[in-house]
Amino acid sequence: MALLQYILNRLILMVPTFFLVMVIIFLLVRLLPGDPAIALDGDRASDADLAAIRERLGLNEPLLMQFWLFLTNTLKGDLGTSILMRAPVIDVIMNRLPTTVFLTVYAICLSLVIAGPLAFVAALNRGRWPDNIIRSAFQVGLSMPVFYIGLILLTFLAAQLRWFPVGGYGETFSAQLYHLFLPAIAVALYTSAIIMRNLRSAVIEVLDAEYVQFARAKGLPVRLILGRHVLRNALISTITLVGLSIGNMMSGTLVTETVFAVPGVGRLMLEAIFARDYPLIQGLTLTFAVLVSLVFLLTDLCQSALDPRIRLT
Amino acid sequence: MTTQTILDVKGLSTTFARGNSALKAVRDVSFSVREGEVLGLVGESGSGKSVTLRSLLGLSRRYGKVSGEVRWMGQDILSLPERKLRPIRGGEIAMIFQEPMTSLNPLLTVGVQLTETLKAHTDLGRAARRDRAIEMLDHVGIPDPASRLDAYPHQFSGGMRQRVMIAIALAAEPKLLLADEPTTALDVTIQAQILDLILSLADEMNMGVILVTHDLGVVAQTCENVAVMYAGRIVEQGPVRQVLRAPRHPYTEGLMRSVPQDVPPRTQLYSVPGTPPGLDALPTGCAFAPRCQNVKDICRTERPPLAAISTARLAACFNPVCNSMEASR
Amino acid sequence: MTDTAVSAPEGRETRLRIALRKPGFLLGIAIIGFSTILAVFPEAFAPYDPNFIDYNAVKQPPSSAHPFGTDMLGRDSLSRVISAYTVNMQMAFLATVFAMLIGVVVGALVGYYRGIADIIFGRLVDAIITFPFLVLVIAVVAVLGPGLTNMYIAITLVGWVYYARLMRAEVIAQMGNDYAAAGIVMGYSDRRIIFRHLLPNAITPVVVYWMTDMALAILLGSSLGYLGLGAQPPQAEWGVLIAEGRNFITTAWWLSLMPGIAIVLTGLGFSLIGDGLADLLRPRG
Repeated sequence: MALLQYILNRLILMVPTFFLVMVIIFLLVRLLPGDPAIALDGDRASDADLAAIRERLGLNEPLLMQFWLFLTNTLKGDLGTSILMRAPVIDVIMNRLPTTVFLTVYAICLSLVIAGPLAFVAALNRGRWPDNIIRSAFQVGLSMPVFYIGLILLTFLAAQLRWFPVGGYGETFSAQLYHLFLPAIAVALYTSAIIMRNLRSAVIEVLDAEYVQFARAKGLPVRLILGRHVLRNALISTITLVGLSIGNMMSGTLVTETVFAVPGVGRLMLEAIFARDYPLIQGLTLTFAVLVSLVFLLTDLCQSALDPRIRLT
Repeated sequence: MTTQTILDVKGLSTTFARGNSALKAVRDVSFSVREGEVLGLVGESGSGKSVTLRSLLGLSRRYGKVSGEVRWMGQDILSLPERKLRPIRGGEIAMIFQEPMTSLNPLLTVGVQLTETLKAHTDLGRAARRDRAIEMLDHVGIPDPASRLDAYPHQFSGGMRQRVMIAIALAAEPKLLLADEPTTALDVTIQAQILDLILSLADEMNMGVILVTHDLGVVAQTCENVAVMYAGRIVEQGPVRQVLRAPRHPYTEGLMRSVPQDVPPRTQLYSVPGTPPGLDALPTGCAFAPRCQNVKDICRTERPPLAAISTARLAACFNPVCNSMEASR
Repeated sequence: MTDTAVSAPEGRETRLRIALRKPGFLLGIAIIGFSTILAVFPEAFAPYDPNFIDYNAVKQPPSSAHPFGTDMLGRDSLSRVISAYTVNMQMAFLATVFAMLIGVVVGALVGYYRGIADIIFGRLVDAIITFPFLVLVIAVVAVLGPGLTNMYIAITLVGWVYYARLMRAEVIAQMGNDYAAAGIVMGYSDRRIIFRHLLPNAITPVVVYWMTDMALAILLGSSLGYLGLGAQPPQAEWGVLIAEGRNFITTAWWLSLMPGIAIVLTGLGFSLIGDGLADLLRPRG
């Protein structure tokens, strides 16, 4: 029951945040310089055409009324019509979303596989050569933008060695794993640098914690100390870190989709921007915000499931 | 009543590397504990008391270099590998820590943390371990122990948590308990209860105790013998009554004087002037010389050895105090 | 390890010496120092005119004459990478400095006065961090139109929130200290307390974050350049240079990969300095 109450509280807290998210998205398009109507149809359109477009988009209404319409329509699932695709924005996004979600989850898994064990090795050997090598390598990784990592992988592993396809995505699950490996690892190499760095400090903190010293003083086997006392506590830090890095991952996904021509919402966002497809840009920005806050919610739930102190307070 | 010596420490030193300098936390410390004896280890924070305790159990060697000899039941355990040390840790020598808040794993139930010790040191079955755990919680005075087994540490008060830690430490019936300031983090009213609990259990189990504290009052109430540490060394050692009644080292005397006793209201309380030296920048002579009121020239150039000054008493001082406490009273 | 935490007091002087002994910090300073020189005097270091087109030397692989090769118009890649230092180093500064200034002021004010403004600010932070940074920035660029100036505006519009959040937390922590309470009791003006007492003490983590943020700004700026939303060709900018070579990765891989070395190096330089500063300024204990 306490858990249900917690989830409910957490959801209620999201309401004002999302209201502000909507305000930001709305203002982004309305208040910044430039006339959306002109942007839509370019400078070729006649005044009459522009007036018609304004009417259609509801731009002649007062600002508050426009926001109200935007808000209620969004809640109804109506995000408008994409100019580029000539289809409802919601359909266009839903069509592309699974690929991006798959890619992001894939990247999260890969970065954990890379960062997790190395963070432990570095923490257990703190200050000695394995630690120094791992930290230096990731310091360089942290300075590599995702698009650059992607291009290196593309050049050598796909174009030269032909181990991987240069773009596209598969139909079946295993084909997707294969097709999306390079785009996912490009994101993962960058985000694992962030995760490794923070996880290493978290593990060191846990290793030095009094309860681990007490566990050692109790004469427990090393395997049990690491597996039961250290790992569980480090897992909470890891989940928190993944939650905090999700924005970075999403940014990375957007870039990697462009580099590897993966037909997800990230590439769609760029297509929409170059086509000045405002309804689609709005819808996509909202989609990214929803995805991130879902992950925030999920990490909070995982934390409360793992940490009894959160569960019951 | 000569009883057997169970722990014999000779020349224990622990040094931590910090950057390019070496931090000498414990220097050439020797003492011994007999069966059932309660030994007090007193000093200011930073004097090396806690590190001494942790070095005994090999908990410090991950962080620094430990040398010397620690004989447990005649066997030198300092050189033992972790694997061979494990049955002794928690099984024969147990340890409790200062902060009951941070010394229990917040993610595991009290029951798990209790039974894992039993699993490591006894061959009891699952059900028997659980029964023994309930028995231990009951023994340390936790009400309704059977249901509290599944509770998490944060659901206990500070005093109850310290009781839980004692239950965990004593579950495998050790012969020696290392207690690292077990009451410092607790309310004054709880402190006495916990001390009484430790002493009565020690008595009952015929268990030796090394009690680390900065509180001379606690030592006076509980210990038979006391060792006073300053800057990583033992500076005075002997039976509690004699040492407290007639301290010979000026530092012990200073500690005694800073415990307010029968002072009229609104007189200024005494405190030892100055601060302890940094462990990476110790003076050449006596480490206490810069703060000492009895200081002589030799104190600044040579280090006084810990030497016998009467039967069963040792002090490291060139110019010991001559029972000034008695005279001033 | 409670007892070992006690150490002799360390002055900033000795800490500086310790920090300077760390190879990482020194390396960072060396890289950024040299990068700054390249940014100010690119002509002095570029072996050729970066815009000189030579159709007889198109897409030549790296050689002693052209260490980074030549591009599809026969321009010397190394010279173009060097001439890009000006705009990319400028990016590290211009994309972050205004965000920092705005963030410091707003963060200090909401942290000091709290109240309704602080509640609104808290909600705003929650909302902004709900967007992936890059998504929000490119959405703003999309509305303003691509280009360097608009890119700076977009990054500033989004980035100040992160500085303000840090500053607010730091000011609130400092307010807990006695000297702030003392200032209030002594009847100092709010402005004096904020700017003379709180700010100098709270600014340290902000400065450390600024260094890291400069590294991020270079990565972000070049990413936007690569995506076609930042600097525009024929402007030599690392992201743009990489994007130009993208179509030739099978025939002229050096076009895309060589400019990236400059990104990695400067990014590394800033983050090494950031780490060194964090060590230097963090209170020990």
